[in-house]
Amino acid sequence: MLQVRVPILITIFVGVFMILKFFFHVPFIKGVADELEQWCLVAFAMAIVLGVANILRINLRVVMKRRKDWPYKIVLVFSMLVMAGVGLFDLITRGDVSVGSRFQYLFEYILTPLSATVFALLAFYISSAAFRAFRARNIRAALLLISASLVMIGRVPLGAAISGTLPKLADWIMAVPNTAGQRGLIIGAAMGVIATGLRIIFGIERPYLKGE
Amino acid sequence: MGSERRKALSRYRYFLPLIFVVFCISRPLTIAGETETAKEAVFHREHLNVLVALIVFCAFFFYFLFRSRKGRALYLRKIPGIRAIEEAVGRATEMGKPVLFVPGIDDIDEIQTLAGIAILSHVARIVARYDSSIIVPTRKSIVMTVCEETVKESFTAAGRPDAYRGDNIRYLSDDQFAYTVGVDGIMLREKPVANIYMGAFYAESLILSETGFSSGAIQVAGTASLSQLPFFIAACDYTLIAEEFYAASAYLSKDPKVLSSIKASDYFKIVTILVLVAGIILVNVKPEWVEMFKFWF
Repeated sequence: MLQVRVPILITIFVGVFMILKFFFHVPFIKGVADELEQWCLVAFAMAIVLGVANILRINLRVVMKRRKDWPYKIVLVFSMLVMAGVGLFDLITRGDVSVGSRFQYLFEYILTPLSATVFALLAFYISSAAFRAFRARNIRAALLLISASLVMIGRVPLGAAISGTLPKLADWIMAVPNTAGQRGLIIGAAMGVIATGLRIIFGIERPYLKGE
Repeated sequence: MGSERRKALSRYRYFLPLIFVVFCISRPLTIAGETETAKEAVFHREHLNVLVALIVFCAFFFYFLFRSRKGRALYLRKIPGIRAIEEAVGRATEMGKPVLFVPGIDDIDEIQTLAGIAILSHVARIVARYDSSIIVPTRKSIVMTVCEETVKESFTAAGRPDAYRGDNIRYLSDDQFAYTVGVDGIMLREKPVANIYMGAFYAESLILSETGFSSGAIQVAGTASLSQLPFFIAACDYTLIAEEFYAASAYLSKDPKVLSSIKASDYFKIVTILVLVAGIILVNVKPEWVEMFKFWF
């Protein structure tokens, strides 16, 4: 019971103060809520240690037992240790990891290009997903195909060259039916947020605790 | 000896939260004393509409909670995407392959992540019941810890604590695309036959779901990130859209207390629609009331 009640009490305490802070301008409430937010930040920062421990535990075990794909795990652990090591070394020798540091060099010339490469793959994935989504299998899919084609043609210079109506039509599709649909989703999602928030604050839904 | 120690501990069960409360309150109390001179409105008037909405929602919520406690059944319409989850886990069991569950890429302070973790607990329970396995790659270390506890509790609740594998709950990277590549790697190397994406997603949504599609897995997604919904709809077999995603855990749990919150949001939606219609009529009849309606919405 101790393992269930204590986290629920803490959740209720934190949740109620956050709600009160949103509605009331009382220095005491604001102070407590701000203090709790600080605690959250500290907890977030501390949790990175758990993440690093998880990476080391899982991957080193695979390497030790020579399980499938173990060389990749060495690359992963090595990369993590190099980045952390270089960062710490810079902190000790320079006092920061800003522009000109070795850490920044690794970040800018290895991590950023790799991230950009993965992000660039999105263009190809959009093409393949659009190819499947735009097959007119039924009336709804056909409507999607027609409206998407109109928006795409209307948003490029070619559309305006064909007819001045096409860009206006594309804007109308985006501003009226599209916005109406999105607002409906937003209203529904907002209610889902309130319902989920209340379930968590009152401890009705607590999947991470015993006794659920 | 063990039970005596537990008894002694349970005597002090409220001691820990008490210390927490005292510690949190003590410093702001002194700050409040020092800044007492500030003269500002106690209530944020601009949030009055939210307060009224919250009170109405809570009224519905507690009414349905009370009704459910009396034993009255609450009906929920069938959502194909949620029913597909069990089907997907069943297929994974038949093929002897794992289920991949991605709880989004945001941290634990994002409500979508919490909703995703609530769904994870039910998925993990189904996985445990079917004697299959589940892989949960996470982008945030706190999310990883919560997922570990959630999956462990689900396996215990399903009567299979021995089947829980801690190594399957993995922290990959805080970097968005490093995480994406890590999940893609799991899809291509470990070949899960069911990919379930539940949480907050950004640019990586299509990269993940297209890789999953190319690996031939059944894919079920759920998110309230509106800009990513079209990608999931295009690439996944089933997609839970916004409020369906938030309702999924209640739907899966069948717990009357949890279902009451879904019922409350349905009734609140009716109220919202009525207010919107009234607003449209009033704004057209009396245009000078536009400002008043802007205040409420």
